[in-house]
Amino acid sequence: MVFFFEDSQGARPLVRASRADRYGVSLPDIAAFLLLAGAAVLVFHGASAMDQPLSQLKSTPVTLDLAQLPEYALRSTLRMFAALAASLVFTFTVATLAAKSRRAALLIIPALDILQSVPVLGFLTFTVTLFMGLFPGSQLGAEAAAIFAIFTSQAWNMAFSVYQSLTTVPTDLDEVSRQFGFSPWRRFIRLELPYAMPGLVWNIMMSMSGGWFFVVASEAITVGDTHLTLPGIGSWLALAIDRADFGAVGWGVFAMGLVILLYDQLLFRPVVAWADRFRFEQTASGQAPRSWVLDLLRRSRGLARLGQVLRQPFVWLEARWPAATPRRISRPTRRAPSPLGDALWAVVLGVACLFALWTLGHYVAAHLSLNDIGLAFGLGSLTLLRVVVLIALASLIWVPVGVWIGLHPVWVERLQPLAQFLAAFPANVLFPFAVMLIVGLHLNANLWLSPLMVLGTQWYILFNVIAGASAIPGDLKEVAQMFRIRGWQWWRQIALPAVFPYYVTGALTASGGSWNASIVAEAVDWGHTHLEAAGLGAYIARATAAADYPRVVLGIAVMSLFVIAFNRIVWRRLYVFAERRLRLN
Amino acid sequence: MTHTQFTPACPLVELRQVSHVYEKGKSTGHTVLDKVDLTLNANEIVGLLGRSGSGKSTLLRTVAGLIEPSEGTVRFPSALDGQANVGMVFQSFALFPWLSVLQNVEVGLEAQGVAPAMRRERALKAIDLIGLDGFENAYPKELSGGMRQRVGLARALVVDPDILLMDEPFSALDVLTAETLRTDLLDLWFEGRTPLKSILIVTHNIEEAVLMCDRILVFSSNPGRVVAEITVDLPQPRDRLDPAFRALVEDIYRRMTTRTPKAPAQEGLFAGMGMAMVLPRVSTNILAGLMEALAGSAYAGKADLPALAAELQYEADELFPITEVLQLLRFAELEGGDLLLLPPGQAFVEADVDGRKHLFRQQFLTHVPLATHIRHALETGGEAGLSARRVRDQLETHMSETFAQQTLRSVVQWGRYAEAFDYDEKADRFSLEDVV
Repeated sequence: MVFFFEDSQGARPLVRASRADRYGVSLPDIAAFLLLAGAAVLVFHGASAMDQPLSQLKSTPVTLDLAQLPEYALRSTLRMFAALAASLVFTFTVATLAAKSRRAALLIIPALDILQSVPVLGFLTFTVTLFMGLFPGSQLGAEAAAIFAIFTSQAWNMAFSVYQSLTTVPTDLDEVSRQFGFSPWRRFIRLELPYAMPGLVWNIMMSMSGGWFFVVASEAITVGDTHLTLPGIGSWLALAIDRADFGAVGWGVFAMGLVILLYDQLLFRPVVAWADRFRFEQTASGQAPRSWVLDLLRRSRGLARLGQVLRQPFVWLEARWPAATPRRISRPTRRAPSPLGDALWAVVLGVACLFALWTLGHYVAAHLSLNDIGLAFGLGSLTLLRVVVLIALASLIWVPVGVWIGLHPVWVERLQPLAQFLAAFPANVLFPFAVMLIVGLHLNANLWLSPLMVLGTQWYILFNVIAGASAIPGDLKEVAQMFRIRGWQWWRQIALPAVFPYYVTGALTASGGSWNASIVAEAVDWGHTHLEAAGLGAYIARATAAADYPRVVLGIAVMSLFVIAFNRIVWRRLYVFAERRLRLN
Repeated sequence: MTHTQFTPACPLVELRQVSHVYEKGKSTGHTVLDKVDLTLNANEIVGLLGRSGSGKSTLLRTVAGLIEPSEGTVRFPSALDGQANVGMVFQSFALFPWLSVLQNVEVGLEAQGVAPAMRRERALKAIDLIGLDGFENAYPKELSGGMRQRVGLARALVVDPDILLMDEPFSALDVLTAETLRTDLLDLWFEGRTPLKSILIVTHNIEEAVLMCDRILVFSSNPGRVVAEITVDLPQPRDRLDPAFRALVEDIYRRMTTRTPKAPAQEGLFAGMGMAMVLPRVSTNILAGLMEALAGSAYAGKADLPALAAELQYEADELFPITEVLQLLRFAELEGGDLLLLPPGQAFVEADVDGRKHLFRQQFLTHVPLATHIRHALETGGEAGLSARRVRDQLETHMSETFAQQTLRSVVQWGRYAEAFDYDEKADRFSLEDVV
């Protein structure tokens, strides 16, 4: 917030000064006030409901009463934003730590890389138990568990993005900051945060889209004998699915769509339009994103004054920092790292790893047999087969479509919002329809449940291919035209190489998401119909429902191994190849 | 403390025996600066002249306090607290793209804890001084390069520095803009409208150095050493066409190209000997082009370097590597500021495409030790070819990673043109496939 006000105030100081004599209340003032006050009331209302005793959940169970739906939508949205706030805090502490300390980075970066590819849905089992224990008898425990589940789906890519920005701050700007002797705080708000902003905003939007999937999966959970149903859209949908109530599912989907639309317009668009100035380029290019809400807020003088008041603590804080001791601040990384410290740190890490391995082995040996492990790996291979086949199929469909769209700018503009909505839309809501189809047509569940895994993740492929195709340089297209290159040759020599780097990014995301989705996609319910496909996802789902902790651990560990190995062996290589040979620039 | 033109030199900065070594793994580091002495006095503009890799930017950053020298001392004798107040201007302007012009100028004052009202006042004054009024609320991306560098100047001046440090401040600008900015800066300096006591400017443009500086330090590269100190006594404003001006430019050209006279033509051209020679990236097209220009009727095989640079619109910095590669290949010879085309060069110019390749291959394999080495290894090594990685590792024992990369690329490019050997990028191997 502070940056917004600070910059909007500093950016047009002379205009502001000339306006200072006008004290009237304008229409934008009223509108801005209403928007903010409304948001504040909603947040307060939703938050106060979180702290009810746990028994309240039993006495007022979730119902399919339409009048309750707005309330549920509000509660779900608040959970999303609470998780987002937690993710931001996590991002700034962890990413900063990793960027500033080489030793911390040694631990944090691989950890983030693994967490990013681990099936977070599997964690629910443990986190529910943990948080319920932390807040006994209060809904807060269940809320915290749900928020944590959403958090685990949001935080990693945000942290990565900020870490990458922090480590790639342009040298000349870094030198300016050091030469003027910026305090750490000033360096952060003047240099590092603005530089990281565009990447962060983009990743926040990705995370929010991904988050809905987990809202649906985490609000109504059963772990052994613990049944939790937090009021929210996810629970509404779970209940509707349980009762096989078509209309209710439709309403739930509608409410979710509305919420997505609202926060897109009221929050993300303004943020994107505002963050546009932080893009690190020296030339003005293309059309800057616009937002009516941002325009409204900027026009409101009352808000600007409020901003000034809110800024005061920061001004005060800044004044308290010791004034610049100019120059003579050499970069900490300049100092030669002490080999002894490094060795010590390596020993500490090594001992911790060995201990973890020992604990794990001990636990597994006590509860599981070799057969279990073999079974998990076998099921893992089945799920792997599904992921590979489906990503291939999705690529076959979406690469040509994406290339076509990307080459037609008019369609890019028309379809982009739709594609964004589709990516944000939690695909698990649609699973019941698949169940009805499979049951109705007597299809093989092992085969036909599989497409559900890519239902929500295929859009990443489409997204990226569109971006790649629209980035094909005009002269390349003209060459193709002049030599009448078409058909297979055109695909082989122009379209496919040009979109390949983008495709790899999209397919990597899609395959990771599909593994995760397998936990909900391989075991699906509709009313009393239960369908299951043989696979690691169904294995974890079943173990979770039975509170069979050893098998949940085993399932997650095996799935993580599969995902990480797959990333390293396939995607990373393709990525390096694409970067080396096919980058157009 | 007032300084007039006639007070005895009062040092603002004293650098003694400053060396800078970039640490690189286990092997010996790459020496960028080697025992450099520099004294900056009040009322003078000093230029650091040298080609890329001569460590002049490193030296500037050492004065700025951005880099700690590996050895030697930096002192500011006339500063009360021993910490001089410096402002710095960057080649890339280094403006914060998310801050307006005014905010960019204010940023240094803000860091010093100057109160907002005072900040605004001083920033507006600096903006006014530098001719930016009306642009206060613009963002850098809305400005032309010249205007951006003015912001950079205003930002450096607003903190009232004693010393202005400039790192190739005009080299990213077009010729006209650069000239205007130079003139404006000199006007500010001579009219004493800034609190500046001295300016230290890094450049690779010889004319710029002669135009602006009272004293020029010429650097050699690999490692960076001061090889000449030239005092420029010409009165300001200086005229580029003035014979004395031309003579001085010529003299500096000569100093920058002359090696120790006794050494054989090839040695000492580039840092390192034999295999360890750091080779610059110069395209064979440019080599051929320069030889053709030399052989042309305008020069008839002998050209004066400054004239050649002007004619071809090259900076000295850009021309030197080309002439040096020609010298290395024994296509040309440098003599007292003149470039002479040698018989192989003459033959090259007259030959057809295949003849040129043949000639180039001969010179390349004979006179570039690394090429000789690779070809030999390939001829004796059999079918499998030679791993480029091994060559790179060998090179890296002698030079930095970047230089090894650059050297290898040059050899690959020349080797491909000469059809002396082939390089497969995917496999990262040299081979004799498709080679005569």
